[in-house]
Amino acid sequence: MKLDILYFSWVRERVGQSQETVETEAVTVTDLVADLTLRGAGYALAFVDTGAICVAVDQELSDFNTPLKDGCEVAFFPPMTGG
Amino acid sequence: MAAHVQEAAFDFSAEVTSFQASIKDSGAVVTFTGIVRDDSGTMDHMFIEHYHAMTEASLQKFVDQAIAKFELEDALVIHRHGVLKPGEAIMMVATAARHRKDAFAGADYLMDYLKSRAPFWKKEIFKDYTEWVESRAQDEEALAAWSQEPKV
Repeated sequence: MKLDILYFSWVRERVGQSQETVETEAVTVTDLVADLTLRGAGYALAFVDTGAICVAVDQELSDFNTPLKDGCEVAFFPPMTGG
Repeated sequence: MAAHVQEAAFDFSAEVTSFQASIKDSGAVVTFTGIVRDDSGTMDHMFIEHYHAMTEASLQKFVDQAIAKFELEDALVIHRHGVLKPGEAIMMVATAARHRKDAFAGADYLMDYLKSRAPFWKKEIFKDYTEWVESRAQDEEALAAWSQEPKV
């Protein structure tokens, strides 16, 4: 299946791009992170501590056990600093 | 019940005047403005990144929640993104309620949600280096407190 992946803040900087479409068989966000980590050193660095990052699936804050579906939009980012 | 995300500066006075003019039954309006702070005196500017597809919907959700939780007549949130210089206003909230306690609590609640649950990320750009602003544990604690506290 294909997923749209977005990266923000220092996750984006470490990965080296703000968005991409990936082909994956990942069942959950955790599986997807494992796949992405293999894509290069920047990815490995971005995902070195998943406790330090948040995920949104289809624009809803989610956890790493969330199941993924074809065409999902998955965004990774550090804790938000609005206000 | 408005939530706006924008790059441009907003006119705080005009926003408050129009918000106040639009309400009918409230005896209290509370406003808060967040301003770019430069503690070291060496920051050139702040850059605020956001998750476009998610931002306005999440702000609207927090506004709706605040209105329901504190029986507000209305609430307004404006949050900027992009490049902001020290001293510029980043965001504002306004709440209207029959009594001041609900108006204050509603504004405080909105601020706590904007801090930690609205998809914005602040980066501080200094002359020689840049730094992403880190979230603070006390912001999460402030959020958690809203789900424990009895309704105001």
